[in-house]
Amino acid sequence: MWRVGTVIALHDETATARTITLEVSDWPRHVAGQHVDVRLTASDGYSAVRSYSIASAPNSEGRVELTVERLPNGEVSPYLTQELAVGDRLELRGPIGGWFVWRTQQTEPIQLIAGGSGIVPLMAMIRSRASTGSAAPFRLLYSVRKPEAVLYRNDLQTLSDRDNKVSLTYAYTRATPKDWPRAPGRIDAALIADATWSSNLAPTCFVCGPTSFVEGATDLLIASGHGRDKIRTERFGPTGDRK
Amino acid sequence: MAIVSRGFSGRRSATDVKLPPGQYLTTDFPVLSAGPTPHISLDRWEFTIDDGSNVLKRWDWKSFRELPTETITVDIHCVTRWSKLGTSWEGVSLDVLLADLKTDLPYAMFRSYGDYTTNLPMKDVINKQAWVAFKFDGTDLAPEHGGPARLLVPHLYFWKSAKWVKGLTLMSQDKPGFWESLGYHIYGDPWLEQRYSGDQ
Amino acid sequence: MSSHTYDYLDGNAAAGELSAIFGMDVTIAESQCAHCGAIKRFAEAHVYMQAPGVVARCAVCQHVLLRLVKARQRAFLDLRGMTCLILDTSRFLESGR
Repeated sequence: MWRVGTVIALHDETATARTITLEVSDWPRHVAGQHVDVRLTASDGYSAVRSYSIASAPNSEGRVELTVERLPNGEVSPYLTQELAVGDRLELRGPIGGWFVWRTQQTEPIQLIAGGSGIVPLMAMIRSRASTGSAAPFRLLYSVRKPEAVLYRNDLQTLSDRDNKVSLTYAYTRATPKDWPRAPGRIDAALIADATWSSNLAPTCFVCGPTSFVEGATDLLIASGHGRDKIRTERFGPTGDRK
Repeated sequence: MAIVSRGFSGRRSATDVKLPPGQYLTTDFPVLSAGPTPHISLDRWEFTIDDGSNVLKRWDWKSFRELPTETITVDIHCVTRWSKLGTSWEGVSLDVLLADLKTDLPYAMFRSYGDYTTNLPMKDVINKQAWVAFKFDGTDLAPEHGGPARLLVPHLYFWKSAKWVKGLTLMSQDKPGFWESLGYHIYGDPWLEQRYSGDQ
Repeated sequence: MSSHTYDYLDGNAAAGELSAIFGMDVTIAESQCAHCGAIKRFAEAHVYMQAPGVVARCAVCQHVLLRLVKARQRAFLDLRGMTCLILDTSRFLESGR
């Protein structure tokens, strides 16, 4: 059940995050929101497995993009973000997960809430929507520590500028850009009220990030009237790692 | 058949310190947990020894902290392969807790707040092999590391050092605890690499 | 009833391992907790991965739903914490169908 992907491109998103583009033969076409397990094996047989959300939209070319954040004490992320080279091969299992997914047939309003690297699977959803020309109303609330940590800034800019756009709101928790109207801080009820779909519209909400972020954001959504059954969550480890 | 990842070696590092087979040295202190961290207030905490029918001994936090303590420095080995050397703890020896307890029951099931259990032969918890530890590195044991008090049995894999320990039940036969009932070795000697059931 | 230390993930984190064992996607499966009776998607379970094994707990009452240990060539799976697991057999493991 492990497939082999070949690295065909590497792109640094930030000082610590890199997107790895893999070509996987006989890739069964994923759905936005799914993830893969990546297995690394040393020459003596020692192996480590980590989960990474797929950042790319579903496609028929067997293309799988993973955005990996380098963790200071990580065992796998330093290798993937610094050592891995174009032409290297990675073992992947997946695509995995059928709950935290957005399918292009869905037409209801979608509220995306990302905490840090939780943006990755939500980006796959945004890209999936763009690639199929879906008109489903999408809003993204992206909470991140500081401007330098934002992933996919250019893509998000493009997708929020054009017609049929994704409404985009950044929430900075530690440091903001110059003259930013909102002081640094976590997302709160006021931001939810201003920048997300009202519960009257019965949107499906996708919340992704570290567990504490997901718990906080989910509580805020429920407090503003969204039903628990309309909220889908994916929790990353406290350091942002999936495992 | 796994392919080899060019240039990947993982966290293992060569060391001239002798470690049990398959272990690597760590300088941090990983937190492993099978469930939510229980938060036990000291006015509710107790440690009991029972034989399955009767409570034989009981301490609340106050009486527990009046017992003589020891400071010990030991190496600890986790079955997930990390080892941490020279860790310093303060605790009450099981020899003290079991003093003037007359029993010939040869096994014990240690019980924790939450639902964790681990089994040990009584011969492995006496004679300066086990403690109920409440300080690590000179400070009160943090909840995520098992505070207010955890079992410490350094000669066996660290899953036997039950966090949030609240007592033991004496048994006539060995019975598997939380991990021992799901594929982990019933005894767990790291030097014989007894990780899983069926090992040696 | 939630823990103040957020040291758990959710069913998605264990999906790779469990889906490999079940041969189908478990995140969309529903599970009934044997302790409190709550029926929820497995994706919503509180999953503890930082342990000698994987432990999935009911999001409502925190009792163990499922435990998994990978011991070299064997996998030990304890499902006693679930009255039942309800799987959609019309879906193959790989979605996109």
